Amino acid sequence: MPVSLFDWFADRRKGQFVGKVSQETDESDGLWGKCPECGQVVYRKDLQANASVCSNCGHHNRINSDERISLIADQNTFEATDTQLTPTDPLGFKDRRAYADRLRESQANTGLKDGVITGICRVESMPLALAVMDFRFMGGSMGSVVGEKITRLVEKATSDRLPLLIVCASGGARMQEGMLSLMQMAKISGALERHREAELLYMPLLTHPTTGGVTASFAMLGDLILAEPKALIGFAGRRVIEQTLREKLPDNFQTAEYLQEHGFVDTIVPRTRLRKTLATLLRLHGVKTVK
Amino acid sequence: MARRYLLEFEKPLVELEKQIEQIRELARDSEVDVSQQLLQLETLAAKRREEIFAALTPAQKIQVARHPHRPSTLDYIQMFCDDWIELHGDRSGSDDQALIGGVGRIGERSVLLIGHQKGRDTKENVARNFGMATPGGYRKALRLMDHADRFRLPIITLIDTPGAYAGLLAEEQGQGEAIAVNLREMFRLRVPIIATVIGEGGSGGALGIGVADRLLMFQHSVYTVASPEACASILWRDAAKAPEAAAALKITGQDLLTLGVVDEVLPEPAGGNNWAPLKAGEVLRKAIENHLDQLTSLPISKLRQQRYKKFRAMGRVLEQKNSGEGITA
Ligand SMILES: [Zn+2]
Repeated sequence: MPVSLFDWFADRRKGQFVGKVSQETDESDGLWGKCPECGQVVYRKDLQANASVCSNCGHHNRINSDERISLIADQNTFEATDTQLTPTDPLGFKDRRAYADRLRESQANTGLKDGVITGICRVESMPLALAVMDFRFMGGSMGSVVGEKITRLVEKATSDRLPLLIVCASGGARMQEGMLSLMQMAKISGALERHREAELLYMPLLTHPTTGGVTASFAMLGDLILAEPKALIGFAGRRVIEQTLREKLPDNFQTAEYLQEHGFVDTIVPRTRLRKTLATLLRLHGVKTVK
Repeated sequence: MARRYLLEFEKPLVELEKQIEQIRELARDSEVDVSQQLLQLETLAAKRREEIFAALTPAQKIQVARHPHRPSTLDYIQMFCDDWIELHGDRSGSDDQALIGGVGRIGERSVLLIGHQKGRDTKENVARNFGMATPGGYRKALRLMDHADRFRLPIITLIDTPGAYAGLLAEEQGQGEAIAVNLREMFRLRVPIIATVIGEGGSGGALGIGVADRLLMFQHSVYTVASPEACASILWRDAAKAPEAAAALKITGQDLLTLGVVDEVLPEPAGGNNWAPLKAGEVLRKAIENHLDQLTSLPISKLRQQRYKKFRAMGRVLEQKNSGEGITA
């Protein structure tokens, strides 16, 4: 939560890990881009055709929620839910800038109302309730709208007996909504308890970065927990931990691979195999195709 | 004079207390009757204290909430719990000292109590990890809550933590997972749960034992999504703006009552609960018994339904329908 978000901002200011993922490839508008990881010059269309994964080194560039949905859902099957929900400013929060202004700016920049898209789709003709967080919207932070949309989706999945996938990408709680933000963790977890009680399959997909309050709630509550290669996944921020310990942390600390090593991730799924893997898992868990 | 730990904003009281002390000493050495003077000064001091504590800013409340002599989980247990037996361990290799629990009796009822435990001084705080629990602590809490569920013991949780422990081992052992599972499983439990923020409620570390049928807070306790220091560093880019952040984050019992997060704010004497710990114990015991009276009469399905609805209603969104718009919970 606060600590990891703090790290995220601190690192972003220094232009470190979070920024480097997408900016170099997304922001220049030429036909060619350079892989931030290996330096390979790539043809933009090739990169997109490969799910924004570098064909040379396998680096996963950040993608937005629309791109993610098109990688998962069968063509033209995604039907968005609760698109009418928009954020408010319940605390009248103002730091150096007013929360209301930050919201308007994020909305203008992304075309989204808030940081998550929810809906129902098909994956190889099998139904799936799908939520995709969008890191571009205030760092994927979890406010009331994110919490409410995910909760409604989980409830719909429970009543319609659908499997559920939540693609996580978040710096943690949205501080500008104060305790209402923290309580979204409990609210979503409660809805997931009912989905679980109904013996339905829930899988979170942890993408770069999944930290703080999201890690301490729905990201870690999957029947099966999936992650993208090298994604940063953690509860507390690296900087805070380094300060506490005054010693160097392992190189792969808080990566998807590190979490798998310690038993918290079931399987790491390269993005190019995401749809196939999801379809296989759904099939193995008895999800039937629909017309 | 250094007999008690003074907070910055209590300093105006020092001069008065000094005078009172001097007069008392004077009275000891002479025959002069000073009772009238003493009474006057003591009344004045009490009045000033009341004024100061009635007007505490959120940042000052944090200081009261973190006061080293504020009653802790074990203090409350000692005050109102009979037949208390502490139960140890998560059954997976650890027994966290920052999050403790056990069984005991409040009045006629057997209950399970769990709570964060801070220390009073540096040595105790090191042993208690300053009230910051590890994944093992949250798993111990869940093991005990499951036990309560099996034997139909109501669960009383006492929240007092700056946050869950942030460390290499905590990450390795799945701090996020441990808290997450508690959030989910507390919705499953079939017994009444009453959570009270007795000091600081620090974010996910507090919520990890905070999913309850009733959430109570003491008047000078605080409950935060992020520590004001961290929030100020991020949003103001200046840690010195922590007091502004504390005000903006809406962390007091009164604020959280308004936002629908908290069910009841328990009064404290002027000076805070550290000023009158026995009174605090009495207030909390009564509140717990009162809420248990209401909750134990509910059928299990109703209890769980209400708990779900309580959290389901939290948050504020604008729902734009075709026919105008309205705010829903
Ligand atoms: Zn590359």
